[in-house]
Amino acid sequence: MLQRCEACGAFAYPAREACPACLSAGLAFVDAPRRGALLAETTARVPSDVYFRERAPWRIGLVKMDCGPTMVAHLHADCVEGAPVVMSFQLDKSGQAVAFARPEGETPNMADDRQWREMTADPKFRRVLVTNGRSVIGQEAVAALKAAGAKTVFVGVAEPWRPFAGEQLLRGQQGIEVVTLDASDEKSTADLAADIGGKVDILVNTTEYVRPGGLLDRRGTSIARDEIDQAYLGFINLAQAFGPAMRMRGADGVSSSAAWVNILSVHALANWPAFGAYSASQAACLSLSHCLRAELRPGGVKLLNLFTGPVDTEWFQTVPPPKVAPRAVAQAIVSGLKGGLEEMYVGDVAEEIRQRLAVNPKALERELDR
Amino acid sequence: MQGKNLLELAGAIASGAVRVVDLTFTLGPDFPVIVLPPEFGQAAPVRIQEISRYDGRGPAWYWNNVTFGEHTGTHFDAPIHWFTGKDLPNNSVDTMPAKDMIAPACVIDCSAGAAQDPDFLLTVPLVEAWEAKHGRIPERHWVLLRTDWSKKGWRDYSNLRDDGAHTPGPNAAVMKWLVEERGIIGFGTETIGTDAGQAGHFEPPYPAHHFLHGAGRYGLQCLCNLDQLPATGAVIVASPLKIQNGSGSPLRVIALVSAS
Repeated sequence: MLQRCEACGAFAYPAREACPACLSAGLAFVDAPRRGALLAETTARVPSDVYFRERAPWRIGLVKMDCGPTMVAHLHADCVEGAPVVMSFQLDKSGQAVAFARPEGETPNMADDRQWREMTADPKFRRVLVTNGRSVIGQEAVAALKAAGAKTVFVGVAEPWRPFAGEQLLRGQQGIEVVTLDASDEKSTADLAADIGGKVDILVNTTEYVRPGGLLDRRGTSIARDEIDQAYLGFINLAQAFGPAMRMRGADGVSSSAAWVNILSVHALANWPAFGAYSASQAACLSLSHCLRAELRPGGVKLLNLFTGPVDTEWFQTVPPPKVAPRAVAQAIVSGLKGGLEEMYVGDVAEEIRQRLAVNPKALERELDR
Repeated sequence: MQGKNLLELAGAIASGAVRVVDLTFTLGPDFPVIVLPPEFGQAAPVRIQEISRYDGRGPAWYWNNVTFGEHTGTHFDAPIHWFTGKDLPNNSVDTMPAKDMIAPACVIDCSAGAAQDPDFLLTVPLVEAWEAKHGRIPERHWVLLRTDWSKKGWRDYSNLRDDGAHTPGPNAAVMKWLVEERGIIGFGTETIGTDAGQAGHFEPPYPAHHFLHGAGRYGLQCLCNLDQLPATGAVIVASPLKIQNGSGSPLRVIALVSAS
């Protein structure tokens, strides 16, 4: 995204108050064409910044964008002077958006570039913990992460004495380790962290506890309590057990700890009364995720929130389509990690709510009430 | 009884002449709980959360907050637990007579049958055969069903399959008969529940709950160490927590066994 003048159409960078071409003040941020050419490159061998000093040598360059501006960018190793590049903004380890230039088109093992991996949380070569392997989303996530080249996928199973559908997809598979984990239980979470906490590079929180109903159609608080135990306290248990070691290992080589992923209902942003108490539990988790993101940042570990509408699972049986396929959620996890994102909206419902919330939150509240 | 006899009992316990057998599983989050279809309310699992452990939260002391459902771990069922006992007087754990918390037990060893068949059922003829050997079951005695189920790993212990749990228990006829013809004070098992895993399909469903609680009798489940008890002569001490209007509670169950 760059600023573009609403009067003359010129793109501007860095951000400014008035268009450098015509002095118009109408400079809105829009998606800009990403192509450019690498004008010049240099390698910083002894950077003054402590972060880059440890990672030197570090390549940067000047990119002349096809749309006009010239930008300083971090360079993919395969970028060649004079050749076309594709630009993107990436979140660096401090959570800051920075320009990154990659070669146009695919090069061999393109995603394995050292500087690119600093900006992303690619599951390739990494060890991942998927917290709940009982759910379809959890099982799809395991498969997708494995296919994306994760070295090991640990998959948590609560109450291992209870058989579950899809168990054979997890047990005895190469690179998949089934571990006992009940995230809602402080002790179980701490016990697992004692075992594997030092080697979880990516944690994918697939806790799923969906129950219909708001306030008046329920009796008592036991279901609400379960929702909070599973989603909110489960989140806290996982964060306290795994967060500190992950934050500590954010710079542990090319396969350092990299990211924490939450799958949240988009109704965390706007309550859906048909699943009203569930929405509230998700809102609590969303708030907590912002706290965790800030607390993980000093270690350079990212937090990715995936917002979904109703997923095509048992507890949304009564909800008419469109629903998100669990596999689509799993694929979004992988693509979000590969892109180093902080936020993703998966499926039409989530995307629509995001847009409507930005336009008119009160109208959205009324619509969800039906 | 003379006070002297009670002191003799205490002395016998101290000397080991009377053994004290613990029939209780450790209460913790890993122990299986009953699984109902998910659309029904569920028993809250056992949770133990540290308040402090000689640390900044409390420098000299260690203690926990504990939460659990009434029917978790080794636990007691009071008559109010079942609809058949809902209108009886003193039917909850806080109002039941304290004297009912101590009673002798008859232990029926069905471990061989249960090893053959997870759906093994105790029947009237089996109890009659036991009586032929050990004598008639006296009134106000516990009947404890030994299956050695407590020795299994948790997965085999709960033995859940697509159609529910497959664990041994009593059939409907023997429960009615034990309550009405023998006047037992209660029925105890090693499994999760006094009823068999498939007892929901019996007539009436869950006959142990149905007949025991309907007659004001009690249930004990998730017991262990029943193999250390004699067929007759052990005395069970089972005093549930005094939970207000409670339907049951986890508890420590001990048996006094004469060593001779």
